Amino acid sequence: MTIELDHVTLHRDGITYLDNVSMKLESDGFNVLLGPTLSGKTTLLRILAGIEKPDTGRVMVDGKDVTGVSVQKRKVAMVYQQFINYPSMSVFDNIASPLRVAHVDRKEIATRVNSVAKLLKLEPFLQRRPGDLSGGQQQRTALARAIVKDASLVLLDEPLANLDYKLREELRSELPKLFRDTGTKVVYATAEPGEALMLGGHTATLCEGRLTQFGKTHEVFRNPHDLITAKTFSDPPLNVVSVEKRAGEFVMEDKVHFTIDRMTDQLSDGRYVLALRPHHVSLKARNSHEIELQGKVTIAEISGSETFVHLDIGTHGWVCQAHGVHRLDVGQQVSVAVDPDKFIVFNEDGHRVGEHDDRVARAAHG
Amino acid sequence: MRRLGWLIPTIYIIFLLLPIYWLLNMSFKTTNEILGTFSLWPIEFTLANYKKIFTDPTWYNGYINSLTYVVINTVISVTAALPAAYAFSRYRFLGDKHLFFWLLTNRMAPPAVFALPFFQLYSAMELFDTHIAVALAHCLFNIPLAVWILEGFMSGVPKELDETAYIDGYSFPRFFVKIFIPSITAGIGVTAFFCFMFSWVELLLAKTLTSVVAKPIAATMTRTASTSGYELGLLAAAGALTIIPGAIVIWFVRNYIAKGFALGRV
Repeated sequence: MTIELDHVTLHRDGITYLDNVSMKLESDGFNVLLGPTLSGKTTLLRILAGIEKPDTGRVMVDGKDVTGVSVQKRKVAMVYQQFINYPSMSVFDNIASPLRVAHVDRKEIATRVNSVAKLLKLEPFLQRRPGDLSGGQQQRTALARAIVKDASLVLLDEPLANLDYKLREELRSELPKLFRDTGTKVVYATAEPGEALMLGGHTATLCEGRLTQFGKTHEVFRNPHDLITAKTFSDPPLNVVSVEKRAGEFVMEDKVHFTIDRMTDQLSDGRYVLALRPHHVSLKARNSHEIELQGKVTIAEISGSETFVHLDIGTHGWVCQAHGVHRLDVGQQVSVAVDPDKFIVFNEDGHRVGEHDDRVARAAHG
Repeated sequence: MRRLGWLIPTIYIIFLLLPIYWLLNMSFKTTNEILGTFSLWPIEFTLANYKKIFTDPTWYNGYINSLTYVVINTVISVTAALPAAYAFSRYRFLGDKHLFFWLLTNRMAPPAVFALPFFQLYSAMELFDTHIAVALAHCLFNIPLAVWILEGFMSGVPKELDETAYIDGYSFPRFFVKIFIPSITAGIGVTAFFCFMFSWVELLLAKTLTSVVAKPIAATMTRTASTSGYELGLLAAAGALTIIPGAIVIWFVRNYIAKGFALGRV
């Protein structure tokens, strides 16, 4: 079974929600839609579900155009960020409801509901109302209703965003297992790059309604085709600096000169944009091949065993994700070490230039 | 000062309850006692007034008539308001906000304004002196009220619930009856209560549109003199009985009303 979006565009009230999006869903692992709020993730899911109709473009299932087919006739299931269950029904009836509507035999309903309830550890709560359950259990109920239906397409719209940290981790590790070997295509929308990396599978990055890149999650992370994708897929935010290349050397802010070995011959002189992930900025003393940058601390947040140091280097604001707890004062001068090979190079239009360096990839992954 | 903190609420409650007490007091007295002496409680305690109401058809029919048109009105109002409120809460259409406000303005006009046109219209349609006439007339202010209250409750139900139901395979009518209405039972209860109360206490239209067959209790009750002179004890008993239906309905929806107030729609 193939599911495809074909040049889908949607505007509402002068706002572009989706701009010419084409993608073919993968059945091997999750299809993660990654993007900030208002990037069009939910709209894309709603179009896949059939709740919303695109202005132009088609939704194709097995090569057939299903754009105009009503929601009820599509074999989809959806779980929302808010815990949506039928408040007047028991958990059992909630899970059973899609089967009842489909006139499934009563005995079969009971067995299927019970097995899904077991899978999602909902057995003790089957006779309760959703309103009496905790948030995690409510979302499990919603997931159970999506799974029991045996739909060929399951849409998950930030299903873990409203859960607390522990529950989120627990459910996130369970989710891919629930759909493994079922042949179900799963689309998972999230705003968190970290979540996309943990879920694996494939990732599509969305920005302002445009699909910027779609591929294997780690591939998109390591090798972003453009600056927007790299920015979308980075948390804490990506460090971006504009530099000039002249006579084989990169010059940052007319002060710092360095070379990126692999780029020396590849790129002609001119202006470029360099991006560097925060965990590649180090507070340690520089190694021989690294460059040293001087900056002024604007804020230092300690998060567990990591410190996020926000600093001004020249006219650019940088973020350094340093291991360990570092107590730094606001306004303090610090020097950070940066390996020039870790820079991802874009031209001024934000397109990736230069050859993909596998060393960068391995480093980014690690 | 603190020790006297109970004083003001007590005085307030006594003031509120005094007329009701006096009504009950009178209802257990004979008319002669009411007119002849002043006493804080019945000296010649009698149940004759109540007995008369429960045995004389001209009296108890008043209650039956009132209850009949009130129930019909409540059913019509809630039934008509459900889809209307759903439309206002879920869809955006041209002039929706103006229409919603206009509905409210229907409550602002005094019913007396409509008494004459209604009387003429219902007479022409040969609906004069029927229960349905009064029930329909009361829709004038009850449907807007019901739409207003229900819209508040419906907007509290996320739109995603509707979508989830469609995705699960529910058709719209089935979703509406099986899932949506059970989700807002509290709202429907509160709405029904208010429709009931406003229809129950409305006197002018009910009196204008009826003569004999559908005469409401309020009309019977407010005629002060009859062939046997003043029957104050009897009127007091009728008044006391008129309070009861409202009290019963309030008891049923007491838990939901707070929710309605919280939504700012009651």
